[in-house]
Amino acid sequence: MLANLGFGVLLITLLISFYGIVAAFLGARKNDSRWIESARLSMLLTFPLITISSVILIYLLVSGRYEHEFVQSVTSSAMPVYLRDTALWGGQSGSLLFWSWLLAGFATAVTLRKWDRDREFLPWVIVVSLVTLAFFLILVVFFENPFNRFWRLPCGDITAAMLQPVGSTLFTARDGSGLNPLLRHPGMIIHPPMLYLGFVSFVIPFAFAIAALITGRTDDRWIRITRRWTLVAWLFLSLGLLLGGRWAYDVLGWGGYWGWDPVEIAAFMPWLTGTAFLHSVMIQEKRGMLKRWNMVLIILTYSLVIFGTFLTRSGVLSSVHAFAQSAIGPLFFAFIGFTFIVSLSLLLGRWEDLKAEGEMSSLLSREALFLLNNLLFMGILVVCFWGVIFPLISEIVTGQKVTVGPPFYERATAPLFAGLLLLMGIAPLAAWRHSTFKTLGRAAWKPALLSIVVPVFAFIRGINQPAALLGFWLAAFVAFVTLHEFWRAALARRRRAKENLATALWRLAGRNRRRYGGYIIHLGVVLMAIGIIGIELFQTETQGTLAQGDSLTLGDYTISFQSLAVFDSDDGRNVARAVIGVSDERGYLGDLYPRRDFYYDSQQPMTIPGVRSTWEEDLYVLLVDWQPVSANSATFKIYHNPLVNWLWLGGFVFILGTLVAAWPEREQITIPSRKAETSLAAAEA
Amino acid sequence: MVFEQPENQPVETVNKKSPWGRAGIWIVLLALLALLGAALLRSQSGPVAIGQAAPDFTLTTYDGEQYQLSDLEGKVVVLNFWASWCKPCEQEAADLESAWRFYQPRQDVVFLGVDWTDTEKKGLEYLEKFGITYPNGPDLGTRISQAYRITGVPETYIIDRTGILVSRKLSPFLSLEEIQNAVDPLLAE
Amino acid sequence: MNRIRMNLQIPLGVPGTIIRSLVFILILLLAFTSIRTVSAQEVNPDPPSDDEVNAIAKELYCPVCENTPLDVCPTQACEEWRQLIYDKLALGWDEEQIKSYFSEQYGDRVLAAPPARGLNLLVYIIPPLLFAGGVVILYRAFVSWRKSSPDVEPPEESRLQDDEYIRRLEDELREF
Repeated sequence: MLANLGFGVLLITLLISFYGIVAAFLGARKNDSRWIESARLSMLLTFPLITISSVILIYLLVSGRYEHEFVQSVTSSAMPVYLRDTALWGGQSGSLLFWSWLLAGFATAVTLRKWDRDREFLPWVIVVSLVTLAFFLILVVFFENPFNRFWRLPCGDITAAMLQPVGSTLFTARDGSGLNPLLRHPGMIIHPPMLYLGFVSFVIPFAFAIAALITGRTDDRWIRITRRWTLVAWLFLSLGLLLGGRWAYDVLGWGGYWGWDPVEIAAFMPWLTGTAFLHSVMIQEKRGMLKRWNMVLIILTYSLVIFGTFLTRSGVLSSVHAFAQSAIGPLFFAFIGFTFIVSLSLLLGRWEDLKAEGEMSSLLSREALFLLNNLLFMGILVVCFWGVIFPLISEIVTGQKVTVGPPFYERATAPLFAGLLLLMGIAPLAAWRHSTFKTLGRAAWKPALLSIVVPVFAFIRGINQPAALLGFWLAAFVAFVTLHEFWRAALARRRRAKENLATALWRLAGRNRRRYGGYIIHLGVVLMAIGIIGIELFQTETQGTLAQGDSLTLGDYTISFQSLAVFDSDDGRNVARAVIGVSDERGYLGDLYPRRDFYYDSQQPMTIPGVRSTWEEDLYVLLVDWQPVSANSATFKIYHNPLVNWLWLGGFVFILGTLVAAWPEREQITIPSRKAETSLAAAEA
Repeated sequence: MVFEQPENQPVETVNKKSPWGRAGIWIVLLALLALLGAALLRSQSGPVAIGQAAPDFTLTTYDGEQYQLSDLEGKVVVLNFWASWCKPCEQEAADLESAWRFYQPRQDVVFLGVDWTDTEKKGLEYLEKFGITYPNGPDLGTRISQAYRITGVPETYIIDRTGILVSRKLSPFLSLEEIQNAVDPLLAE
Repeated sequence: MNRIRMNLQIPLGVPGTIIRSLVFILILLLAFTSIRTVSAQEVNPDPPSDDEVNAIAKELYCPVCENTPLDVCPTQACEEWRQLIYDKLALGWDEEQIKSYFSEQYGDRVLAAPPARGLNLLVYIIPPLLFAGGVVILYRAFVSWRKSSPDVEPPEESRLQDDEYIRRLEDELREF
């Protein structure tokens, strides 16, 4: 009964979405505010309705109602309650409903803002949001229905359907198959929602961009409105990617955090264009330039989101991340085609109206460096995109599958990332409009010289890889430049306002959140770069089979195999847990407990490492194999990952900086923008 | 993006729309969509369809003999994909060998085993364990399995005398009768 | 060309002879080191360590599972492939031989990057090409922007003062 209610509500929401699209369209065409108001109401209705459906599904999951196909496939009695709750996004149909829920939530939030200055945008934003929502609801209602139930047919077969087939009876499975064990880790619980939040929230700036194209309001109004939205979307996407990396490191058992898997890259690509967009909108706001390019970037970002979702869910790419193949592939393809073609047509239609207002004259001005930054990001994007679609091309043209893997990506993107690091150091030193080699040189030589200390120090300590030395030098350079920016401005404040340094810094960040938040983000990137250099260039590993009491050495560390216990846990796992003693030349350091879990319900194993973490490195021990009967000898693999915890620290600082940048500012009176369409000098949003 | 500025223009930059630029962008977009569509079709189509001509291949057995599908016209071919590490394959191994021995005197039914992504040592061990006597060879470069677009092992493809794929079994055969039921209708032709 | 020839002229006399001999020895050395010694396929007395197997397995991908490197893949099939690497190493094969054996047996998809031949050349050519294209577009954009507004740049002499002024102005503005 509940399932019928949940499904029915979704059907109603779909119909309301259709109505809203038509109403908004009519209202915009006829310039009739009643239609628009009606459309707005339909938009507002969708969120509570989908919430009802989602809550029902969550209830079914938590209470273990195994007559429902989705519940049976992703939960089991052995799973604790909080995991059953998060199983909502553990399978295709549930995650599509979850996606729709988030989308409705964001679109509703945006509809609730004050629209006085931007009435002409409203109907088109509603149209774009509802078209996207309707698409996902169609997928859920007609193809991937989480409310399907099992029915035993007269002939004895079991089938799954929404409506009861003639002559059948409801069939309740005894237990569920359980969530994929890989998804049961805390990091895994919030990684998908963060990613989905990031993906979904990019619809809003996209909707505004489309609205701007349709209405002809090609000034930067749409950017100013969506500035915070874009930052928030980018925040979630970054968080999702970071959590994915951390989760991979913690539970996937290969001592790494990023595998250049096509689905990982599919989530990374919108991040690349999103970051390029965040930088290049500053040029449009300051100089009125690059309007076309910003349109291209936001359309590209959203398209890459849909493209990535298509790749993951349609079965075109097979990957450890991908969902099972299903019928939604062709629909997704149609939606992509529709989105690309409509966006491109609108953009080309308005091309002339997006002429730049200013000119870029100096090759070393901050605008020019931002453009260079964009070029590098696009370069990385091209490498990633081509690497993802080339196996598809190869399979279709030659019939042979190929793998495009880390060697390709790493070699191609490393110089581009290094270039970005360099730019992060130089751009703050460049002035808007105009800079020369001399002025830049004068500003740059001090930090450049000071930062040389770092690679020299590293060299003395025994590091002689040129790539590492260069990387450390660039990281230090950026750190010096960025910290100097803080220092200089804080000192100036202290002089003028007689504040102490701490207050000065705080007020600084408060006054110009975007700039100083951005600098904090750059510092986060520097820390991450240090961690990445450490683990990528200096990771060592070894593997060996040990009898009880034996030891294995890697570098300065020795591990000794003390004991192994194999037992069944009370949440449906068979656990093989080893006790390892770690020591180095100074002596005994502690114990680690690498283990192997085998989940009975889903018949899948999971390898959990025992890790000793310090700021200098991680010692990462995996239990690879053991003699089942005697438990007397076991095979261990050790990874030594230098500096890897700087990566996580940097990620933390990165997110912190994004929060600073995105935090709402107090209303400020600002000078009206160059093209004042309205005569109001009202407060900026 | 800005396109090339004509020489004789006044000071203000006029961005002339180049028709080649527009066409180029559309072509790239449509090519990308075509590629995605083709990839989607391919992933949705599954293994080779029944009723089509079975893809030709050359199989070199562990004994060194060569079998070309096109040379086997006039005979019924039972093409079985297996691997030594595949547990379900073991279920049908004995039945396949019995079926082979049943049809062998007739001389017009050929059983071919393709050892998919396996190691020679383990493959030969498997063949010895089940006493398999019909020709078996490794799928070099996984070319045969990619041509048939198999989705796993075990899979069996039955090809009639004219080279058309008549039936396929995407899981282990459950009994000797099942194999005979699949092959017998083709012998009548 | 003439300049180059002049620089390579080796002087006559004793210094010349010494230099000539050194060059000759250098060429000999180069010749020796570039001859690849073909090792006989002797059985390696020490059994290959797990690390040696993993070092090669790391660069290969599981032919069956998707996008999983061979050294971390837990399936039985992958165990057997690692055993195969072990066997080949014990026979004295080197990394190149083992990799090409794998790609011959299981197709090119086991390699971490497509071998650079045929259609696969595109993998390596397209990204640099597109990047270069981006550089060209950007450059032309800059050129056309500068052409259309040549008077934006302040005259050379006062540039020093201007930049200081601009900086101070920026500082002041930042305070708001």
